Amino acid sequence: MPKETRIQGPVYVLEDNIDTDLLIPACYLNLVPTIPEEYRKLGSYALAGLPDTFPKFVANADGTTPYPIVIGGQNFGCGSSREHAPIALGAAGAKVVVAQSYARIFFRNSVATGEVYPLESQDRLCSEFKTGDLAEVDIPSGTVTRLSDGKVFPLKPIGAVAPVIAAGGMFAYARQIGMIKNAPSL
Amino acid sequence: MTITEKILARESGAKLISPGDNIWVNAGILLTHDVCGPGTIGIFQREFGRDAKVFDREKIVILPDHYIYTDDEKAHRNVDTLRAFVREQGLPYFYDPGTSSYCGVCHVALPELGHVRPGETIFGTDSHTCTHGALGAFATGLGNTDAGFIMGAGKLLVKVPPTLRFVLDGQMPARLSAKDLILHIIGDISVNGATYCAMEFTGEAIAALSIEERCTICNMAVEAGAKNGIIAPDRKTLDYVNARTKKPFEPLTSDPGAPVQAEYRYDVSKLEPVVAKPHLPDNKALARDCRGVAVDQVYIGSCTGGKLEDFVMAARLLKGRKVSVRTLIVPATRQVEQGLLDTQIDGQSLRAIFEAAGVEPIAPPSCAACLGGPADTFGRTKGNEVVVSTTNRNFIGRMGSKDSQIYLASPYTAAASAITGHITDPRDV
Repeated sequence: MPKETRIQGPVYVLEDNIDTDLLIPACYLNLVPTIPEEYRKLGSYALAGLPDTFPKFVANADGTTPYPIVIGGQNFGCGSSREHAPIALGAAGAKVVVAQSYARIFFRNSVATGEVYPLESQDRLCSEFKTGDLAEVDIPSGTVTRLSDGKVFPLKPIGAVAPVIAAGGMFAYARQIGMIKNAPSL
Repeated sequence: MTITEKILARESGAKLISPGDNIWVNAGILLTHDVCGPGTIGIFQREFGRDAKVFDREKIVILPDHYIYTDDEKAHRNVDTLRAFVREQGLPYFYDPGTSSYCGVCHVALPELGHVRPGETIFGTDSHTCTHGALGAFATGLGNTDAGFIMGAGKLLVKVPPTLRFVLDGQMPARLSAKDLILHIIGDISVNGATYCAMEFTGEAIAALSIEERCTICNMAVEAGAKNGIIAPDRKTLDYVNARTKKPFEPLTSDPGAPVQAEYRYDVSKLEPVVAKPHLPDNKALARDCRGVAVDQVYIGSCTGGKLEDFVMAARLLKGRKVSVRTLIVPATRQVEQGLLDTQIDGQSLRAIFEAAGVEPIAPPSCAACLGGPADTFGRTKGNEVVVSTTNRNFIGRMGSKDSQIYLASPYTAAASAITGHITDPRDV
């Protein structure tokens, strides 16, 4: 799980129905996320499926993104169950996605892996921000602030998955509540 | 309770559950394949230990299907990873591409092999795992981390979904198929109209559908955002399952009048063939309203539209006719491939009908171009092709090229369009 609960930086703005083929095209699913080198490589292909009219998301020379905050509309992450999607965002260096709503599996994969915080905004932030705007996402206080004018947008409460997010993912949560034993020594 | 709630209650040990409850549910089957299996195994070994054993060898099914006929080195490495794991763990249900046990597309093979049983839970590392609800199972897709958790723990934290009930009555008109029904429904409720919900399909039109056609409907539940699609088991279901497995199972059905979040009613006799236009599965249009769309490629295959009956539908229209555009036939499994030889229409095998119609050489079973895949994947789009496809997704770049346009359609509509070279209502050929 990303450690920071206050994330500041430029935003990358998307729209409704950002599907998993846009997030990570299938030709890169031969990469296995648990292999460190391939994890990094997945990050370098994050959002590679977007039409070329979008600015480059992975714009840093080292294969990471200058945008720690991704903003979407409705139904973010629809489509495939490929966990490579939140992993690609996280491996690229994104910390948080703020969307109006999520497709179920993408949301669950984000929580289970702890790769990115999947947060829901009450407003349609993809109409309020443009790519490159500076913002601060403050998770404990449940807000997104547009730094250019200080306007504050509320987030929806995290809800039933809050304990899993707080624990840092599915395994950490299951260990916390005694559902599975402690981590093995490798 | 609904059938979905009853299955989850039974597998969690609870007497009564309600939508929104978060409960630990036992896994009946964990399904994985070559694209997500290696990552799932990686997580399982990292979290439970290099020497850990899977929770139950009988409950893990591994069906490589995505990147099989390719020279991609990593794709081959990934299947090798599965092979090594299967050997280490002594897993009985591995269908190895290198051998005669290879099947093909996991969602068509899983029921063929008798691994889908009414009343059980199926978790799979593929969003189209919801297909198996067609046989009265609770079946849903998940990511590698949840799957790795199940592999060791045998259970998963599940939020009980509210149910949307779709009642389909009336008699199916000629040349309308299950694919049209689900495209109509997704078009009506939208790509997030069922997010987090169970879609339960019922009514006399559903009862009249074959098992394969029911699978087509449940297969695309995820395209409306659903957690699972489900159809109560009936005599047809039990006959299908009992012919394929000796394992005992206990079917469940919804209580009459079980409360649901919403109910939708359709008279299928009034429905017409439809397509989903680029680039979302809910972008519905009547096939007859798309006559002006010229087509470059027709693709018949995948877990949605590559079953034997899909090819029977296509062959009915292609018999004695010629295709006028590049037409690709990809049987989902070895069994379907054999069915193309064994199934005849007026004395001619499906395969012979397709060959006489001038389709491309029939590809071996796999997911192939449904999801693009490595550069050398059969049928992968390369430019701005307009494709009519019996698959499930028409997202930008889904079949390879970002510039190609994918129209989702039934096997009838795909075959009719292959003949004319433009999108064609199958009642017009």
